[in-house]
Amino acid sequence: MSVTPGAGRWDGISFEERMATVDFRVGARAHITVDADVCRSCTTKACVTACPANLFAPTADGGILFNYEECFECGTCYMVCNEAGALSWTYPDGGHGVVFHHG
Amino acid sequence: MAERTAFDAVVVGAGPAGSSAALALARAGRSVVLVERGPFPGSKNVYGGVVYGRVLDDIVERWWEEVPVERWIVRRSTMMMTGTQSLSVDFRSDAWGSAPYNGMTTLRSRFDAWLADKATGAGAVLVTSTVATGLVRDGVGRVVGVRTDRDGAELHAPVVIACDGVNSFLAKEAGLLPRAQASHHTLGVKEVLDLPAGAINERFGVQDHEGVDMEILGCTRGIPGGGFLYTNADTVSIGVVVALPQLAESGVRPEALIADLKAHPSIAPLLRGSSLREYGAHLIPEGGFDTMPALAADGLLIAGDAGAMTLAAGLWLEGVNFAIGSGYAAGRAADRALRAGDCSALGLASYRADLEGQFVLADHKRLRKAPALVLSERVQQRYPGLLCDLAEGMFTVTNPVPKAGGLRITRDVAARHGVKLRELAADTVRGMRIFG
Repeated sequence: MSVTPGAGRWDGISFEERMATVDFRVGARAHITVDADVCRSCTTKACVTACPANLFAPTADGGILFNYEECFECGTCYMVCNEAGALSWTYPDGGHGVVFHHG
Repeated sequence: MAERTAFDAVVVGAGPAGSSAALALARAGRSVVLVERGPFPGSKNVYGGVVYGRVLDDIVERWWEEVPVERWIVRRSTMMMTGTQSLSVDFRSDAWGSAPYNGMTTLRSRFDAWLADKATGAGAVLVTSTVATGLVRDGVGRVVGVRTDRDGAELHAPVVIACDGVNSFLAKEAGLLPRAQASHHTLGVKEVLDLPAGAINERFGVQDHEGVDMEILGCTRGIPGGGFLYTNADTVSIGVVVALPQLAESGVRPEALIADLKAHPSIAPLLRGSSLREYGAHLIPEGGFDTMPALAADGLLIAGDAGAMTLAAGLWLEGVNFAIGSGYAAGRAADRALRAGDCSALGLASYRADLEGQFVLADHKRLRKAPALVLSERVQQRYPGLLCDLAEGMFTVTNPVPKAGGLRITRDVAARHGVKLRELAADTVRGMRIFG
């Protein structure tokens, strides 16, 4: 394919614009928690590129910064995570989280 | 002390599996509660999506007169592509455009809500915005209900049917599903694009309520998977489905794969002037028959994606129909167990026997080797380009050089793609054994 990776911008749509099309009803409780100490020993950090909502960002000290607010609740992050105990994942509280209207 | 409410059955998840299970139980006169974590049924769900309706014939009479359809699929196109080529097998049938129809595009927020309405219409109690956070067990370990996140309230019943989707935390808690298994899952990412109905009709060669289903191979940068493009009423759904471990290894961002597909010379003209309505993603349990969990434990049945019942067999990509078929069967099995007064795993065993006797497990068993072939290196990385080059070799007029024979072109093209003719023959035979 001729399209080359850029800085998160594809076919004229920025990632922020992409995520702005999705209805999120953000709950007060974080349904994902990450143990940055465990992440520092991870060499793959697969969650960073695989998460379709781009919620995980590597930090300068080798850890992971994440946010839970704009999560599709797909489960990709915990499925690809290969560091036991690095990531805990539950569903957001009832009625909260992503609401797909055209799923 | 947390509030406790007792029913004959608790069904978790108001997707197609859960609503079908609740419908079967309610029709049998059972008290059943249907617990949904989203604000409305379908709000957590993303699929390609086409629903194949034959499974509904025995469940909702003349369902096609009331189902919230986007378009009825009359054209089905299988496309193989490289960055600059594409080769399609395109089938169209008028028969699919009239009752009782074959497949339809529909959106899950509408379809799942419609099916949940059938269940509540029959007497099921739907509780939305409520997470079933865990199983309640009795003194000897039998499942007798679920805990919820509504002030810890518990819903009790002799049988729980977990239809809580691909991540089924209830099936994991019961030990039926492993905590995480990337190799048995694919990630689907999808964009729904606004496109006027008239533009869809002209560009896709359809009219009125007719729709098109396109499955695409060779558009995922070598990551095992494929792409899709489906027409809705005044939107189109485009996306890719890719194997999780290889996606993670590749370092490619999922939305970049959709952007590739949208920019392809065979796809871009179809989408010109469209704008993004909604982006979404969902996991798919694509391991097939050999990765399916046990479907029953004492007091517990699992159905739909929770039971890994998505059929990802290349030619056939189905899931909602398997959810409906398994959910309805689970509801009926639960009713039989309640009548017999035995909701143990043994008492619930008629569920699996029922599924084996119908398409749900028969199709999965027959096509058990399909996922491995479809996701194999040659099918994914070599054959799309090989077949496109074969077509180009056959159809390029080389005057004044005389035409090369088909065999010569095949041999040259196969060699160029690093495929031996005997490998091609072996894969053909393998495909015929699996699909034939």
